[in-house]
Amino acid sequence: MKHIDEYRDGALARAMAAVIADEAQPGRAYRFMEFCGGHTHAISRYGIEDLLPDNVRMIHGPGCPVCVLPIGRIDHAIRLAERGEVTLCTYADLMRVPASAGHTLLKAKAAGADIRMVYSTLDAIRIAEAEPGRQVVFFAIGFETTTPPTALAIRLARRKRLANFSVFCNHVLTPPAIRAVLDSTDVRIDGFVGPAHVSTVIGTDPYAAIAAAYRKPVVVAGFEPLDVVQAVLMLIRQINANRHEVQNQYIRAVTVEGNLIAQREMADIFERRPWFEWRGLGELALSALRLRPEYADLDAEWRFDIETVPAADNPACECGAILRGVKKPAECKLFGTVCSPDMPMGSCMVSPEGACAAHWTYGRFRDAANAGAESALV
Amino acid sequence: MRDGRVDLSHGAGGRATAQLIDEIFRPAFDNPFLDQGNDQAAFDVPGGRMVMSTDAYVISPLFFPGGDIGSLAVHGTVNDLAMSGAQPLHLAASCIIEEGFALSDLRRIADSMGRAARDAGVAIITGDTKVVERGKGDGIFITTTGIGIVPPGLELSGDCARPGDRIILSGCIGDHGVAIMSLRSNLGFETEIRSDSAALHGLVADMVRAAGSALRLMRDPTRGGLAATLNEIAQQSRVGIMIEEDAIPVREDVAAACELLGLDPLTVANEGKLIAVVAPDEADHVLGVMQAHPNGRQAALIGRIVADDQRFVQMKTSFGGGRIVDWLAGEQLPRIC
Amino acid sequence: MCLAIPIRVEELLGDDMARVTLGGVSKIVSIALLEDVRPGDYVLLHAGFALTRLDPDEAVRTLALMREAAVPGMPVAESVGA
Repeated sequence: MKHIDEYRDGALARAMAAVIADEAQPGRAYRFMEFCGGHTHAISRYGIEDLLPDNVRMIHGPGCPVCVLPIGRIDHAIRLAERGEVTLCTYADLMRVPASAGHTLLKAKAAGADIRMVYSTLDAIRIAEAEPGRQVVFFAIGFETTTPPTALAIRLARRKRLANFSVFCNHVLTPPAIRAVLDSTDVRIDGFVGPAHVSTVIGTDPYAAIAAAYRKPVVVAGFEPLDVVQAVLMLIRQINANRHEVQNQYIRAVTVEGNLIAQREMADIFERRPWFEWRGLGELALSALRLRPEYADLDAEWRFDIETVPAADNPACECGAILRGVKKPAECKLFGTVCSPDMPMGSCMVSPEGACAAHWTYGRFRDAANAGAESALV
Repeated sequence: MRDGRVDLSHGAGGRATAQLIDEIFRPAFDNPFLDQGNDQAAFDVPGGRMVMSTDAYVISPLFFPGGDIGSLAVHGTVNDLAMSGAQPLHLAASCIIEEGFALSDLRRIADSMGRAARDAGVAIITGDTKVVERGKGDGIFITTTGIGIVPPGLELSGDCARPGDRIILSGCIGDHGVAIMSLRSNLGFETEIRSDSAALHGLVADMVRAAGSALRLMRDPTRGGLAATLNEIAQQSRVGIMIEEDAIPVREDVAAACELLGLDPLTVANEGKLIAVVAPDEADHVLGVMQAHPNGRQAALIGRIVADDQRFVQMKTSFGGGRIVDWLAGEQLPRIC
Repeated sequence: MCLAIPIRVEELLGDDMARVTLGGVSKIVSIALLEDVRPGDYVLLHAGFALTRLDPDEAVRTLALMREAAVPGMPVAESVGA
């Protein structure tokens, strides 16, 4: 597959890994956070950390929009779905996220709620057109990559004068989250691997202020494993040279200014909420979006008389600390005992790009090795 | 018989039922047992060890590129028998049909079952038909049961894998699951991918002849894909498994569809493939025999059994790093994350 | 939420939609977020929308940079910063 396979070349990876091992200064620790959940998934799925020297470590960040969605918002979505007239359309990623009392969209569906998995916001529009008797609510989540599709759906709904379509908006923003991690964490982060596809939309420009203010290098990296490895090399070189700039490794898809059409659509339709609760990061100012007043008629929070009730996480669940990079999945008491993908306690385990799910699915065999368990190979 | 739909009288056991069997099932399955018209089939049993297997088929949609619920029902049970090294002897089929089901579809499915059985050298010698009310059944559910005979001395079982044994996969993975998903309207992709649904007893016969006791076990990676099957073997035999991603054959279009949907091909269902665990000395020989068979042309050595208390299935990725291959958690859902 | 796939535009379908193909599998998606898309272009597909066009020259340059980076001791021309 063109533009994909070339960036999965194992031989090239090993050669670059040798250079990384050479340039990483012995006795110096390099700790890089990959912000984007897609990068977390790629790092685990390809076993990229196996290619890095011991003093270069990746810390998983909060760029997983499923993981940072507070329980209260999922409860709200479930309550919407349980209304007889509502057809809730959602991306499949959300179906198994545990909300209050272990309830999930999947369970609500099994109990009779009209919940439909869609691949695209356009599918939700099509359902609204085909079923005028239903109130179609689209459960919108995601960072800036996923926000323009919601904006376009809202514009389309307005143009088609759909009276039975609305959006339950939970879109969140990347730069405030990066700042929140840098402000809050007690774990030293030396640099960031910047998100791939968020950056195609917002460009590399928004990271400049962060790199300057916190004096940390940011390298925007593509999604394939070789992209991540190259970005790590670029970060190491910046650290060694005491630089803290924004660099773009993903030049084939990302520009300085980003996708201006997408940005215009987002600015037209959405405004920043003064505050929004993020799982693991607390309340962050100006970090999330809601529909502008002129689009209130398409906002599910106006149309339906349901309030978000904040709900606490399971006290033993360490999703918060894990999202900030303070703890690793294996350090959560629930990991692998009570909490697993079959029976997730927290969102880090249910989302495929959550740190816990990625570690469970691809990496937990290393815990056994680290714990000194026997594993004799023939 | 006039074109029309199945109604409750077809399941009542009276004239309508007899007519349904006479005009649809008997000609489709075409064998002297059914022609006798009894509620059971009587036959002599050759000496040896017998194997029995049963499976229900509830697949939706009923018709898909490369097959339908009927051919699947035959292939699936023939394969379950074949995984023990057995040659299939006879099949039974029971159908639960929803009121309102189109007779033309029923005929199509029955004909497909008859054809699949004939191609596999077996007959559906007895069966049953029931009809349930509209809304109480998803079109049609089919249960097939099969019996077979295992060659003397062969005792394949999931707990027989030993460290050092090699693992052979008979061909490309992911075809069936992707073919089915392509028909789900909410995923909306077009492809030429066809289900790999096939009867594997011929391939198995060649393998058994070639390997003898060097063949430890066979299993077909259906629901849950290769990942589920390898983990089952690891648990049953209390061993670990090491495989190489580069060695696993996947068609380009199947790989592409999996990329689009965010699926791991290792977890996607297959209906015409098998995994064999073979003693190291015979592995190359068995591989050659498989590759000479139409159902094994892309057969590949994909890994080996190792000692591991944790019973992990580990994989060296094409990129060079390591990961485990875990069971799929819950139902297979495409992701956009 | 970043899963986006590089995919080839086969045919423009009007109304801001296009048919795209990857490895023999095709889909109909929205190109409303992009201007001036042509058949033969590669785009990044996310949740039914094309988000950006892939620049083939920059792709070639990236692979060249990677190969250079794989040679020990070779100073690498840094890619564009912000």
